[in-house]
Amino acid sequence: MQGAFMANRKSASGRKPRNLEQVAGNGLLHRRLFLTRGAAALGAGSLGLLTAARAQELPPWMRIPGAPMTGHGRRARYEEHIQRLTTSAPGTDGSGGSRTPLEALEGMITPSGLHFERHHSGVPDIDPDAHRLLIHGLVDQALFFDMDALSRYPMVSRIQFIECSGNSRLTGLAPEPVSGTCGELHGLVSCSEWTGVPLSILLDEAGLDPSAHWILAEGADAAAMTRSVPLAKAMDDALLAIYQNGERLRPENGYPVRLFLPGYEGNMSVKWLRRIKVTAAPMMTREETSKYTDLLPDGRSLMFTFPMDVKSVITSPSPGLELAGPGLYQISGMAWSGLGRVARVEVSADGGTSWAEAALTEPVLDKAVTRFRMAWRWNGAPAVIMSRAVDETGAVQPARDAIIAAKGVNFAYHYNGIQAWRVGADGQVVNIHV
Amino acid sequence: MIRSLPIILCAGLCSGAFAQESPNLGVPADPEEVAAWDIDIGPDGAGLPAGAGTALEGEAVYAIQCLTCHGPEGNGQLNDVLVGGHGSLTNPAPVKTIGSFWPYATTIFDYIRRSMPYLTPRTLSDDEIYALTAYLLYLNGIIAEDEAMDAEALPAVVMPNRDNFILAYP
Repeated sequence: MQGAFMANRKSASGRKPRNLEQVAGNGLLHRRLFLTRGAAALGAGSLGLLTAARAQELPPWMRIPGAPMTGHGRRARYEEHIQRLTTSAPGTDGSGGSRTPLEALEGMITPSGLHFERHHSGVPDIDPDAHRLLIHGLVDQALFFDMDALSRYPMVSRIQFIECSGNSRLTGLAPEPVSGTCGELHGLVSCSEWTGVPLSILLDEAGLDPSAHWILAEGADAAAMTRSVPLAKAMDDALLAIYQNGERLRPENGYPVRLFLPGYEGNMSVKWLRRIKVTAAPMMTREETSKYTDLLPDGRSLMFTFPMDVKSVITSPSPGLELAGPGLYQISGMAWSGLGRVARVEVSADGGTSWAEAALTEPVLDKAVTRFRMAWRWNGAPAVIMSRAVDETGAVQPARDAIIAAKGVNFAYHYNGIQAWRVGADGQVVNIHV
Repeated sequence: MIRSLPIILCAGLCSGAFAQESPNLGVPADPEEVAAWDIDIGPDGAGLPAGAGTALEGEAVYAIQCLTCHGPEGNGQLNDVLVGGHGSLTNPAPVKTIGSFWPYATTIFDYIRRSMPYLTPRTLSDDEIYALTAYLLYLNGIIAEDEAMDAEALPAVVMPNRDNFILAYP
């Protein structure tokens, strides 16, 4: 099979393709392409588009001075159509979520304005000067912290993802594949640089009682949403995040301070944090009992399934991004794991018959989105492309069939199956189950 | 001065991911203020306030405060279905309600008090919340219509799905 698709196939531009090494079936090419000469090799096809005549025309923006400086920048007007897709419960406009348009983005960082949202009673308009955080319960001394105080504590910064544990179930657990873009199907995951105060410092200051084993975190939204969090996590790597991607948190991401629990299901990273109660046992809140528990085929449910498992998805090509014709393409996608670093990502272009290792874009960070890329020469025939991530613990992203065989279709949370896209002969990309 | 001891101990004993010094800017909280902020109800009933209510009383509160979003007798029109679904958890389309799924009756009180009604949270009296809790338990066939819910009775209610949860942590 190796090399079968290399034989003198003409590309869309009519020139013979370079002799690139195929590493898996149906045109997947060696990742060396990206590590060395990738940009030049992939970009070569577009150079012929500029005619000599057009190259001599000055574009209008070179004939007059541009716009003045601004106090706060905004996107190019040609990009304003890139929006989150919002859905809300009937009769409400702030109880629901919005999804990141993953197919429109690159790299590892999600722009703050496109970070996914999940709210239970809208976005509160919190005056930071009137906001206080209370730590109480099984502590030596209950303490209030205002934002001025929190801002004086030592801070750390980390690039890490948040994923709603309900992400991807819309298609993964549906009997038939759901039509939608990558963001519509998988956009409840985003990755940011979070800066804030390690929660352990404040818990130490309050003084933990030996009987303490959990904390309850409460938001200052109109739902006063609460989740119980193991004290071990709170003392390990929990942050009180104040900054996101260098600026103060966006209101929809918890302004002025949120809990951030790396790798755990997003609902636990309580936004608009106003209270932490140190407890001996979990409080069995509505969110951790009636929601965010995973219903199994035998009628029992898993409770406290906190970490988000290893996962990946190809963001390009993906539904809505059609291929212009046969030729060289870059397969680009994102991989992440709540258990640690992404170790490798494998890509298939023949529906899973053969796989090749994709290039991971540095930096590859603990519990962060990792960008992977793969060169692909599409021969113009229908193809099924998919990605499979493996994390540093050895956990492998499972096939959809394997998950359903083990957990049924009603568990609703923590679905991390392999996503397949079918590329049609017309270049259209659609969601399929394999 | 009182708080300095645990901090010193922790500096030597704690081996968390962060070894940072604290500027100690927390302001001691007045116990009465803490009590006003602390609205949590534990599964053992800890935190339940004084007061009481029955399903009969709750039906009247429900009609005014809940019916628009949750439908007649909690049938879920428009939003979350609150009643029924018993025995459906192994079905292809399980119906997860308070009666069929929720493991603790105390969670009903806690959730209504902190989050509901959606447009006017924190406006119901404790008696009204007890009454609503009783009404929802009654509609689900878990308690009798005239059975009053209070700080003693509510945590004693055994929810049908209570023993069907498997702890993945610790």
